[in-house]
Amino acid sequence: MSVISEMLSYAFLSRALIAGILISICASLLGVVLVLKNYSMIGDGLSHVGFGSLAVATALGLAPLKVTIPIVIIVAFFLLKINDSSKIKGDAAIALIASSSMAIGVLSVSLRGVNTDINNYLFGSILSISQSDVLLSVTLTLIILALYIIFYNKIFIVTFDENFAKAVGINTDLYNMLIAILTAITIVLGMRLMGSLLISSLIIFPTLTSMRLFKTFKSVIVSSMLVSVICFIIGMILSYNYSLPTGSSIVVVNMLCLILFSVINQIKLHVNK
Amino acid sequence: MNLISCYKLSVGYENKKVVTDVNININTGDYLVIVGDNGSGKTTIVKTLLGLIKPLRGKISFNVEKNSIGYLPQKNEDKSNFPASVYEVVISGCLNSKKWLSFYNKSDAQRVNINLHKFGVAKLKNKNFKELSGGERQRVLLARAMCAFSKVLILDEPNTGLDQKTTRELYDLIEKINKEGITIIMISHDLDKTLKYANKILEVKEGKAIYRTKEQYLSGVNV
Repeated sequence: MSVISEMLSYAFLSRALIAGILISICASLLGVVLVLKNYSMIGDGLSHVGFGSLAVATALGLAPLKVTIPIVIIVAFFLLKINDSSKIKGDAAIALIASSSMAIGVLSVSLRGVNTDINNYLFGSILSISQSDVLLSVTLTLIILALYIIFYNKIFIVTFDENFAKAVGINTDLYNMLIAILTAITIVLGMRLMGSLLISSLIIFPTLTSMRLFKTFKSVIVSSMLVSVICFIIGMILSYNYSLPTGSSIVVVNMLCLILFSVINQIKLHVNK
Repeated sequence: MNLISCYKLSVGYENKKVVTDVNININTGDYLVIVGDNGSGKTTIVKTLLGLIKPLRGKISFNVEKNSIGYLPQKNEDKSNFPASVYEVVISGCLNSKKWLSFYNKSDAQRVNINLHKFGVAKLKNKNFKELSGGERQRVLLARAMCAFSKVLILDEPNTGLDQKTTRELYDLIEKINKEGITIIMISHDLDKTLKYANKILEVKEGKAIYRTKEQYLSGVNV
Protein backbone atom coordinates (compact mmCIF):
# COMPACT_ATOMS: atom_id res chain seq x y z
CA MET A 1 0.00 0.00 0.00
CA SER A 2 2.81 2.38 0.86
CA VAL A 3 4.18 1.78 -2.63
CA ILE A 4 0.93 2.99 -4.16
CA SER A 5 0.75 6.14 -2.06
CA GLU A 6 4.40 6.78 -2.90
CA MET A 7 3.56 6.38 -6.60
CA LEU A 8 0.56 8.69 -6.31
CA SER A 9 2.75 11.45 -4.96
CA TYR A 10 4.19 11.81 -8.46
CA ALA A 11 1.78 13.69 -10.70
CA PHE A 12 2.82 11.88 -13.87
CA LEU A 13 2.47 8.47 -12.20
CA SER A 14 -0.98 9.15 -10.84
CA ARG A 15 -2.02 10.41 -14.28
CA ALA A 16 -0.68 7.23 -15.83
CA LEU A 17 -2.47 5.10 -13.21
CA ILE A 18 -5.84 6.79 -13.77
CA ALA A 19 -5.59 6.75 -17.56
CA GLY A 20 -4.24 3.21 -17.55
CA ILE A 21 -6.99 1.78 -15.33
CA LEU A 22 -9.66 3.40 -17.50
CA ILE A 23 -8.04 2.22 -20.74
CA SER A 24 -7.72 -1.28 -19.28
CA ILE A 25 -11.47 -1.30 -18.63
CA CYS A 26 -12.29 -0.15 -22.17
CA ALA A 27 -9.83 -2.54 -23.76
CA SER A 28 -11.15 -5.54 -21.85
CA LEU A 29 -14.80 -4.72 -22.62
CA LEU A 30 -14.11 -4.34 -26.33
CA GLY A 31 -11.72 -7.27 -26.20
CA VAL A 32 -14.48 -9.71 -25.30
CA VAL A 33 -16.35 -8.78 -28.46
CA LEU A 34 -13.28 -8.67 -30.69
CA VAL A 35 -11.87 -11.99 -29.52
CA LEU A 36 -15.21 -13.80 -29.78
CA LYS A 37 -15.88 -12.38 -33.23
CA ASN A 38 -12.38 -13.49 -34.32
CA TYR A 39 -11.36 -9.89 -34.86
CA SER A 40 -8.28 -9.98 -32.59
CA MET A 41 -5.98 -9.33 -35.53
CA ILE A 42 -7.84 -6.12 -36.34
CA GLY A 43 -6.86 -4.76 -32.94
CA ASP A 44 -3.27 -5.67 -33.61
CA GLY A 45 -3.31 -4.14 -37.09
CA LEU A 46 -4.84 -0.92 -35.81
CA SER A 47 -2.10 -0.41 -33.26
CA HIS A 48 0.50 -0.52 -36.02
CA VAL A 49 -1.48 1.97 -38.06
CA GLY A 50 -1.65 4.09 -34.93
CA PHE A 51 2.13 4.03 -34.70
CA GLY A 52 2.50 5.06 -38.33
CA SER A 53 0.14 8.00 -38.15
CA LEU A 54 1.46 9.12 -34.77
CA ALA A 55 4.98 9.19 -36.18
CA VAL A 56 3.93 11.03 -39.33
CA ALA A 57 1.92 13.56 -37.32
CA THR A 58 4.88 14.23 -35.03
CA ALA A 59 7.26 14.58 -37.97
CA LEU A 60 4.92 17.09 -39.61
CA GLY A 61 4.49 18.95 -36.34
CA LEU A 62 0.77 18.25 -36.10
CA ALA A 63 -1.21 17.46 -32.96
CA PRO A 64 -0.68 13.68 -32.67
CA LEU A 65 -4.07 12.55 -31.29
CA LYS A 66 -6.16 14.78 -33.54
CA VAL A 67 -4.53 13.21 -36.59
CA THR A 68 -4.20 9.66 -35.37
CA ILE A 69 -7.70 8.99 -34.03
CA PRO A 70 -9.56 9.77 -37.29
CA ILE A 71 -7.01 7.84 -39.39
CA VAL A 72 -7.25 4.77 -37.18
CA ILE A 73 -11.06 4.94 -37.22
CA ILE A 74 -11.05 5.03 -41.03
CA VAL A 75 -8.68 2.07 -41.20
CA ALA A 76 -10.86 0.22 -38.68
CA PHE A 77 -13.89 0.64 -40.97
CA PHE A 78 -11.83 -0.56 -43.87
CA LEU A 79 -10.50 -3.64 -42.07
CA LEU A 80 -14.01 -4.62 -40.98
CA LYS A 81 -15.19 -4.41 -44.58
CA ILE A 82 -12.29 -6.55 -45.81
CA ASN A 83 -12.98 -9.11 -43.11
CA ASP A 84 -16.61 -9.39 -44.19
CA SER A 85 -15.92 -9.85 -47.88
CA SER A 86 -14.62 -13.24 -48.78
CA LYS A 87 -12.70 -12.07 -51.84
CA ILE A 88 -9.63 -10.74 -50.06
CA LYS A 89 -8.07 -12.68 -47.25
CA GLY A 90 -8.55 -10.51 -44.18
CA ASP A 91 -5.47 -11.61 -42.26
CA ALA A 92 -3.14 -11.03 -45.23
CA ALA A 93 -4.56 -7.54 -45.74
CA ILE A 94 -4.12 -6.73 -42.06
CA ALA A 95 -0.50 -7.90 -42.13
CA LEU A 96 0.20 -5.74 -45.18
CA ILE A 97 -1.40 -2.64 -43.73
CA ALA A 98 0.31 -3.16 -40.38
CA SER A 99 3.82 -3.55 -41.77
CA SER A 100 3.37 -0.69 -44.26
CA SER A 101 2.27 1.65 -41.48
CA MET A 102 5.24 0.64 -39.37
CA ALA A 103 7.61 1.28 -42.27
CA ILE A 104 6.13 4.70 -43.04
CA GLY A 105 6.23 5.60 -39.36
CA VAL A 106 9.87 4.63 -38.90
CA LEU A 107 10.86 6.44 -42.10
CA SER A 108 9.15 9.67 -41.17
CA VAL A 109 10.63 9.66 -37.68
CA SER A 110 14.16 9.00 -38.94
CA LEU A 111 13.83 11.68 -41.65
CA ARG A 112 13.30 14.16 -38.84
CA GLY A 113 16.35 12.71 -37.18
CA VAL A 114 14.71 12.07 -33.81
CA ASN A 115 15.20 8.41 -33.09
CA THR A 116 14.40 8.48 -29.39
CA ASP A 117 10.72 8.96 -30.19
CA ILE A 118 10.51 5.61 -31.92
CA ASN A 119 11.16 3.76 -28.70
CA ASN A 120 8.41 5.68 -26.93
CA TYR A 121 5.91 4.95 -29.66
CA LEU A 122 6.81 1.29 -29.95
CA PHE A 123 6.99 0.39 -26.28
CA GLY A 124 5.10 3.21 -24.65
CA SER A 125 6.07 5.72 -22.03
CA ILE A 126 4.21 6.70 -18.90
CA LEU A 127 5.79 10.12 -19.18
CA SER A 128 3.78 10.81 -22.32
CA ILE A 129 0.41 10.80 -20.52
CA SER A 130 -0.77 14.39 -20.33
CA GLN A 131 -3.62 16.02 -18.47
CA SER A 132 -5.71 16.04 -21.65
CA ASP A 133 -5.06 12.32 -22.19
CA VAL A 134 -6.50 11.64 -18.76
CA LEU A 135 -9.55 13.75 -19.56
CA LEU A 136 -10.02 11.95 -22.85
CA SER A 137 -9.66 8.57 -21.14
CA VAL A 138 -12.29 9.44 -18.56
CA THR A 139 -14.72 10.61 -21.24
CA LEU A 140 -14.08 7.59 -23.42
CA THR A 141 -14.50 5.13 -20.56
CA LEU A 142 -17.80 6.70 -19.56
CA ILE A 143 -19.04 6.54 -23.16
CA ILE A 144 -17.98 2.94 -23.63
CA LEU A 145 -19.48 1.86 -20.31
CA ALA A 146 -22.76 3.61 -21.09
CA LEU A 147 -22.99 2.16 -24.60
CA TYR A 148 -22.07 -1.27 -23.31
CA ILE A 149 -24.78 -1.23 -20.66
CA ILE A 150 -27.47 0.21 -22.95
CA PHE A 151 -26.74 -2.14 -25.84
CA TYR A 152 -25.49 -5.08 -23.81
CA ASN A 153 -28.11 -7.55 -25.03
CA LYS A 154 -27.70 -6.50 -28.63
CA ILE A 155 -23.94 -6.70 -28.38
CA PHE A 156 -24.38 -10.24 -27.12
CA ILE A 157 -26.54 -11.38 -30.00
CA VAL A 158 -24.45 -9.60 -32.66
CA THR A 159 -21.37 -11.31 -31.24
CA PHE A 160 -22.94 -14.71 -30.75
CA ASP A 161 -24.92 -15.08 -33.95
CA GLU A 162 -24.78 -12.30 -36.51
CA ASN A 163 -27.17 -13.98 -38.95
CA PHE A 164 -29.82 -14.47 -36.32
CA ALA A 165 -29.34 -10.89 -35.18
CA LYS A 166 -29.91 -9.67 -38.74
CA ALA A 167 -32.96 -11.88 -39.08
CA VAL A 168 -34.60 -10.34 -36.02
CA GLY A 169 -34.04 -6.92 -37.50
CA ILE A 170 -30.92 -5.71 -35.72
CA ASN A 171 -28.69 -3.44 -37.76
CA THR A 172 -25.54 -5.49 -37.27
CA ASP A 173 -23.41 -3.21 -39.47
CA LEU A 174 -24.15 -0.36 -37.11
CA TYR A 175 -22.94 -2.34 -34.11
CA ASN A 176 -19.83 -3.52 -35.93
CA MET A 177 -19.04 0.09 -36.81
CA LEU A 178 -19.59 1.16 -33.23
CA ILE A 179 -17.22 -1.51 -31.99
CA ALA A 180 -14.65 -0.48 -34.62
CA ILE A 181 -14.76 3.20 -33.65
CA LEU A 182 -14.48 2.51 -29.95
CA THR A 183 -11.65 0.04 -30.52
CA ALA A 184 -9.77 2.55 -32.64
CA ILE A 185 -10.00 5.24 -29.97
CA THR A 186 -9.05 2.85 -27.17
CA ILE A 187 -6.01 1.65 -29.09
CA VAL A 188 -4.74 5.13 -29.86
CA LEU A 189 -5.10 6.22 -26.24
CA GLY A 190 -3.64 3.01 -24.86
CA MET A 191 -0.77 3.08 -27.31
CA ARG A 192 0.86 6.05 -25.61
CA LEU A 193 1.08 4.08 -22.40
CA MET A 194 1.61 0.53 -23.62
CA GLY A 195 3.30 1.16 -26.94
CA SER A 196 1.95 0.13 -30.30
CA LEU A 197 3.60 -3.27 -30.15
CA LEU A 198 2.03 -4.20 -26.84
CA ILE A 199 -1.39 -2.52 -26.75
CA SER A 200 -3.23 -5.41 -28.44
CA SER A 201 -2.33 -7.62 -25.48
CA LEU A 202 -4.53 -5.41 -23.31
CA ILE A 203 -7.43 -6.29 -25.59
CA ILE A 204 -6.79 -10.00 -26.00
CA PHE A 205 -5.33 -11.31 -22.73
CA PRO A 206 -8.13 -10.50 -20.24
CA THR A 207 -10.77 -12.18 -22.40
CA LEU A 208 -8.76 -15.32 -23.04
CA THR A 209 -7.80 -15.50 -19.37
CA SER A 210 -11.40 -15.15 -18.21
CA MET A 211 -12.64 -17.73 -20.71
CA ARG A 212 -10.49 -20.36 -18.96
CA LEU A 213 -12.69 -20.20 -15.87
CA PHE A 214 -15.95 -18.48 -16.75
CA LYS A 215 -18.55 -19.92 -19.04
CA THR A 216 -21.26 -17.29 -19.43
CA PHE A 217 -21.01 -14.10 -21.44
CA LYS A 218 -21.75 -11.86 -18.50
CA SER A 219 -19.25 -13.50 -16.17
CA VAL A 220 -16.53 -13.37 -18.83
CA ILE A 221 -17.11 -9.63 -19.27
CA VAL A 222 -17.01 -8.88 -15.54
CA SER A 223 -13.98 -11.08 -15.01
CA SER A 224 -12.14 -9.53 -17.97
CA MET A 225 -12.63 -6.08 -16.54
CA LEU A 226 -11.27 -7.12 -13.14
CA VAL A 227 -8.39 -9.15 -14.58
CA SER A 228 -7.42 -6.26 -16.83
CA VAL A 229 -7.42 -3.64 -14.08
CA ILE A 230 -5.66 -5.85 -11.52
CA CYS A 231 -2.94 -6.91 -13.98
CA PHE A 232 -2.42 -3.28 -14.96
CA ILE A 233 -1.97 -2.15 -11.35
CA ILE A 234 0.37 -5.04 -10.49
CA GLY A 235 2.37 -4.35 -13.65
CA MET A 236 2.67 -0.67 -12.80
CA ILE A 237 3.84 -1.42 -9.25
CA LEU A 238 6.43 -3.93 -10.47
CA SER A 239 7.65 -1.50 -13.09
CA TYR A 240 7.99 1.28 -10.49
CA ASN A 241 9.64 -0.88 -7.84
CA TYR A 242 12.16 -2.60 -10.06
CA SER A 243 12.56 0.11 -12.73
CA LEU A 244 11.15 -2.11 -15.47
CA PRO A 245 9.52 -0.92 -18.70
CA THR A 246 5.82 -0.38 -17.90
CA GLY A 247 4.15 -1.88 -20.96
CA SER A 248 6.21 -5.05 -20.90
CA SER A 249 5.65 -5.54 -17.16
CA ILE A 250 1.88 -5.31 -17.66
CA VAL A 251 1.96 -7.81 -20.52
CA VAL A 252 4.05 -10.27 -18.51
CA VAL A 253 1.65 -10.02 -15.55
CA ASN A 254 -1.23 -10.70 -17.96
CA MET A 255 0.65 -13.69 -19.31
CA LEU A 256 1.20 -15.12 -15.83
CA CYS A 257 -2.45 -14.53 -15.03
CA LEU A 258 -3.48 -16.51 -18.13
CA ILE A 259 -1.23 -19.37 -17.04
CA LEU A 260 -2.64 -19.23 -13.51
CA PHE A 261 -6.25 -19.37 -14.76
CA SER A 262 -5.42 -22.24 -17.11
CA VAL A 263 -3.84 -24.21 -14.29
CA ILE A 264 -6.85 -23.59 -12.01
CA ASN A 265 -9.12 -24.73 -14.82
CA GLN A 266 -7.12 -27.94 -15.27
CA ILE A 267 -7.24 -28.61 -11.53
CA LYS A 268 -11.00 -28.01 -11.53
CA LEU A 269 -11.48 -30.45 -14.41
CA HIS A 270 -9.39 -33.00 -12.56
CA VAL A 271 -11.30 -32.65 -9.30
CA ASN A 272 -14.66 -32.88 -11.06
CA LYS A 273 -13.70 -36.13 -12.78
CA MET B 1 -54.16 -16.74 -44.98
CA ASN B 2 -51.35 -15.96 -47.37
CA LEU B 3 -48.22 -15.02 -45.44
CA ILE B 4 -45.34 -14.78 -47.87
CA SER B 5 -45.45 -14.81 -51.63
CA CYS B 6 -42.94 -14.08 -54.30
CA TYR B 7 -43.24 -13.91 -58.05
CA LYS B 8 -40.41 -14.27 -60.55
CA LEU B 9 -37.86 -13.74 -57.84
CA SER B 10 -34.17 -13.93 -58.71
CA VAL B 11 -31.73 -14.44 -55.89
CA GLY B 12 -27.95 -14.32 -55.74
CA TYR B 13 -24.97 -12.23 -54.72
CA GLU B 14 -23.93 -9.00 -56.34
CA ASN B 15 -24.13 -9.75 -60.04
CA LYS B 16 -24.07 -13.50 -59.79
CA LYS B 17 -27.53 -14.98 -60.16
CA VAL B 18 -27.92 -18.19 -58.25
CA VAL B 19 -31.59 -19.07 -58.74
CA THR B 20 -34.11 -17.41 -61.07
CA ASP B 21 -37.89 -17.53 -61.31
CA VAL B 22 -38.74 -18.47 -57.78
CA ASN B 23 -42.51 -18.41 -57.35
CA ILE B 24 -43.88 -19.36 -53.98
CA ASN B 25 -47.01 -18.88 -51.93
CA ILE B 26 -46.83 -19.65 -48.27
CA ASN B 27 -49.99 -19.81 -46.20
CA THR B 28 -50.51 -20.02 -42.47
CA GLY B 29 -49.75 -23.51 -41.22
CA ASP B 30 -47.84 -24.59 -44.30
CA TYR B 31 -44.85 -26.89 -44.06
CA LEU B 32 -42.59 -26.10 -46.99
CA VAL B 33 -39.53 -28.19 -47.60
CA ILE B 34 -36.81 -26.77 -49.85
CA VAL B 35 -34.69 -29.49 -51.46
CA GLY B 36 -31.74 -29.43 -53.81
CA ASP B 37 -28.09 -30.36 -54.17
CA ASN B 38 -25.30 -28.70 -52.23
CA GLY B 39 -24.61 -25.26 -53.61
CA SER B 40 -27.85 -25.15 -55.61
CA GLY B 41 -28.92 -21.97 -53.84
CA LYS B 42 -31.31 -23.17 -51.13
CA THR B 43 -29.71 -21.08 -48.44
CA THR B 44 -29.56 -18.08 -50.77
CA ILE B 45 -33.34 -18.27 -51.27
CA VAL B 46 -33.92 -18.48 -47.54
CA LYS B 47 -31.57 -15.60 -46.82
CA THR B 48 -33.43 -13.50 -49.36
CA LEU B 49 -36.75 -14.34 -47.71
CA LEU B 50 -35.27 -13.25 -44.41
CA GLY B 51 -34.03 -10.00 -45.88
CA LEU B 52 -30.38 -10.82 -45.17
CA ILE B 53 -29.61 -10.30 -48.86
CA LYS B 54 -31.50 -8.22 -51.37
CA PRO B 55 -33.40 -9.91 -54.21
CA LEU B 56 -31.77 -9.33 -57.60
CA ARG B 57 -35.13 -9.16 -59.34
CA GLY B 58 -38.75 -9.54 -58.41
CA LYS B 59 -40.48 -8.82 -55.17
CA ILE B 60 -41.43 -10.62 -52.02
CA SER B 61 -44.65 -9.58 -50.37
CA PHE B 62 -45.12 -10.20 -46.71
CA ASN B 63 -48.45 -10.46 -45.03
CA VAL B 64 -46.73 -10.98 -41.75
CA GLU B 65 -44.49 -8.70 -39.76
CA LYS B 66 -40.87 -9.14 -40.75
CA ASN B 67 -39.74 -9.71 -37.21
CA SER B 68 -42.18 -12.53 -36.59
CA ILE B 69 -40.11 -14.76 -38.83
CA GLY B 70 -37.87 -16.91 -36.68
CA TYR B 71 -34.67 -18.33 -38.03
CA LEU B 72 -32.51 -21.29 -37.20
CA PRO B 73 -29.32 -20.75 -39.18
CA GLN B 74 -27.31 -23.55 -40.68
CA LYS B 75 -24.65 -24.82 -38.35
CA ASN B 76 -21.56 -23.40 -39.98
CA GLU B 77 -19.69 -21.20 -37.60
CA ASP B 78 -17.83 -22.90 -34.86
CA LYS B 79 -19.36 -21.60 -31.67
CA SER B 80 -17.73 -24.29 -29.56
CA ASN B 81 -15.58 -21.74 -27.81
CA PHE B 82 -18.21 -19.14 -27.03
CA PRO B 83 -18.94 -18.53 -23.36
CA ALA B 84 -22.72 -18.33 -23.09
CA SER B 85 -25.30 -20.05 -20.92
CA VAL B 86 -28.38 -21.67 -22.44
CA TYR B 87 -30.48 -19.00 -20.76
CA GLU B 88 -28.43 -16.18 -22.29
CA VAL B 89 -28.83 -17.74 -25.73
CA VAL B 90 -32.57 -18.35 -25.49
CA ILE B 91 -33.49 -14.97 -24.05
CA SER B 92 -31.63 -13.23 -26.87
CA GLY B 93 -34.55 -14.31 -29.09
CA CYS B 94 -36.74 -11.84 -27.20
CA LEU B 95 -34.70 -8.98 -28.67
CA ASN B 96 -36.72 -8.79 -31.86
CA SER B 97 -39.62 -7.05 -30.14
CA LYS B 98 -37.35 -4.33 -28.78
CA LYS B 99 -36.45 -1.12 -30.47
CA TRP B 100 -33.71 0.94 -28.88
CA LEU B 101 -33.73 -0.08 -25.29
CA SER B 102 -32.81 -3.69 -25.15
CA PHE B 103 -33.40 -4.71 -21.56
CA TYR B 104 -35.38 -7.82 -20.77
CA ASN B 105 -38.40 -7.78 -18.49
CA LYS B 106 -40.43 -10.31 -16.56
CA SER B 107 -42.59 -11.37 -19.47
CA ASP B 108 -39.44 -12.09 -21.49
CA ALA B 109 -38.20 -14.34 -18.71
CA GLN B 110 -41.56 -16.09 -18.64
CA ARG B 111 -41.48 -16.65 -22.38
CA VAL B 112 -38.02 -18.14 -22.05
CA ASN B 113 -39.20 -20.56 -19.38
CA ILE B 114 -42.20 -21.64 -21.42
CA ASN B 115 -40.05 -22.33 -24.45
CA LEU B 116 -37.31 -24.06 -22.46
CA HIS B 117 -39.97 -26.49 -21.21
CA LYS B 118 -41.62 -26.85 -24.59
CA PHE B 119 -38.37 -27.98 -26.19
CA GLY B 120 -37.31 -30.12 -23.25
CA VAL B 121 -34.22 -28.15 -22.33
CA ALA B 122 -35.39 -26.57 -19.07
CA LYS B 123 -32.90 -28.45 -16.97
CA LEU B 124 -30.04 -27.24 -19.16
CA LYS B 125 -30.91 -23.58 -18.43
CA ASN B 126 -27.71 -22.75 -16.57
CA LYS B 127 -25.46 -25.01 -18.60
CA ASN B 128 -22.86 -23.68 -20.93
CA PHE B 129 -24.02 -23.71 -24.55
CA LYS B 130 -20.72 -25.14 -25.76
CA GLU B 131 -21.02 -28.17 -23.49
CA LEU B 132 -24.29 -29.32 -25.09
CA SER B 133 -24.68 -32.13 -27.58
CA GLY B 134 -25.67 -31.34 -31.15
CA GLY B 135 -29.30 -32.26 -30.58
CA GLU B 136 -29.53 -30.20 -27.40
CA ARG B 137 -28.05 -27.21 -29.18
CA GLN B 138 -30.66 -27.36 -31.93
CA ARG B 139 -33.42 -27.54 -29.33
CA VAL B 140 -31.99 -24.52 -27.55
CA LEU B 141 -31.80 -22.60 -30.84
CA LEU B 142 -35.39 -23.60 -31.63
CA ALA B 143 -36.44 -22.27 -28.24
CA ARG B 144 -34.62 -19.05 -29.05
CA ALA B 145 -36.38 -18.75 -32.42
CA MET B 146 -39.75 -19.29 -30.73
CA CYS B 147 -38.96 -16.60 -28.17
CA ALA B 148 -38.84 -14.20 -31.08
CA PHE B 149 -42.66 -14.45 -31.23
CA SER B 150 -42.32 -16.34 -34.45
CA LYS B 151 -45.27 -17.13 -36.64
CA VAL B 152 -43.03 -18.44 -39.36
CA LEU B 153 -39.98 -20.52 -38.63
CA ILE B 154 -37.22 -20.89 -41.20
CA LEU B 155 -34.82 -23.74 -40.58
CA ASP B 156 -31.67 -24.34 -42.57
CA GLU B 157 -30.78 -28.03 -42.44
CA PRO B 158 -31.46 -28.38 -38.74
CA ASN B 159 -30.29 -31.99 -38.71
CA THR B 160 -26.68 -31.26 -39.70
CA GLY B 161 -24.39 -33.32 -37.51
CA LEU B 162 -27.18 -35.14 -35.68
CA ASP B 163 -27.59 -38.90 -35.52
CA GLN B 164 -30.74 -40.56 -36.85
CA LYS B 165 -32.54 -40.85 -33.55
CA THR B 166 -31.90 -37.21 -32.60
CA THR B 167 -32.92 -36.11 -36.07
CA ARG B 168 -36.22 -37.94 -35.77
CA GLU B 169 -36.87 -36.39 -32.36
CA LEU B 170 -36.10 -32.95 -33.77
CA TYR B 171 -38.42 -33.47 -36.76
CA ASP B 172 -41.20 -34.62 -34.43
CA LEU B 173 -40.73 -31.49 -32.35
CA ILE B 174 -40.91 -29.31 -35.45
CA GLU B 175 -44.06 -31.16 -36.53
CA LYS B 176 -45.55 -30.45 -33.11
CA ILE B 177 -45.06 -26.69 -33.42
CA ASN B 178 -46.33 -26.83 -36.99
CA LYS B 179 -49.53 -28.46 -35.69
CA GLU B 180 -49.81 -25.58 -33.22
CA GLY B 181 -50.10 -23.23 -36.18
CA ILE B 182 -46.51 -22.18 -36.79
CA THR B 183 -45.62 -22.05 -40.46
CA ILE B 184 -42.47 -24.00 -41.25
CA ILE B 185 -39.99 -23.42 -44.06
CA MET B 186 -37.22 -25.96 -43.91
CA ILE B 187 -34.20 -26.62 -46.05
CA SER B 188 -33.59 -30.33 -46.08
CA HIS B 189 -31.05 -32.69 -47.46
CA ASP B 190 -33.08 -35.83 -47.20
CA LEU B 191 -36.54 -35.40 -48.61
CA ASP B 192 -37.39 -39.05 -47.97
CA LYS B 193 -37.32 -38.30 -44.24
CA THR B 194 -39.03 -34.93 -44.34
CA LEU B 195 -41.62 -35.55 -47.05
CA LYS B 196 -44.16 -36.98 -44.65
CA TYR B 197 -44.31 -33.71 -42.71
CA ALA B 198 -44.42 -31.36 -45.70
CA ASN B 199 -47.39 -30.09 -47.65
CA LYS B 200 -45.37 -28.07 -50.17
CA ILE B 201 -42.08 -28.76 -51.89
CA LEU B 202 -39.66 -26.35 -53.53
CA GLU B 203 -37.07 -28.12 -55.64
CA VAL B 204 -33.99 -26.10 -56.52
CA LYS B 205 -32.10 -27.45 -59.49
CA GLU B 206 -29.67 -25.90 -61.97
CA GLY B 207 -30.66 -22.34 -61.20
CA LYS B 208 -34.38 -22.98 -61.37
CA ALA B 209 -36.93 -23.54 -58.65
CA ILE B 210 -39.94 -25.80 -59.04
CA TYR B 211 -42.73 -25.16 -56.60
CA ARG B 212 -45.37 -27.83 -56.11
CA THR B 213 -47.74 -29.16 -53.54
CA LYS B 214 -46.87 -32.50 -52.07
CA GLU B 215 -49.60 -34.19 -54.17
CA GLN B 216 -48.30 -32.63 -57.38
CA TYR B 217 -44.78 -33.62 -56.43
CA LEU B 218 -45.71 -37.23 -55.71
CA SER B 219 -47.70 -37.65 -58.91
CA GLY B 220 -44.95 -35.97 -60.89
CA VAL B 221 -47.17 -33.20 -62.28
CA ASN B 222 -45.22 -30.41 -63.91
CA VAL B 223 -46.38 -26.91 -63.16
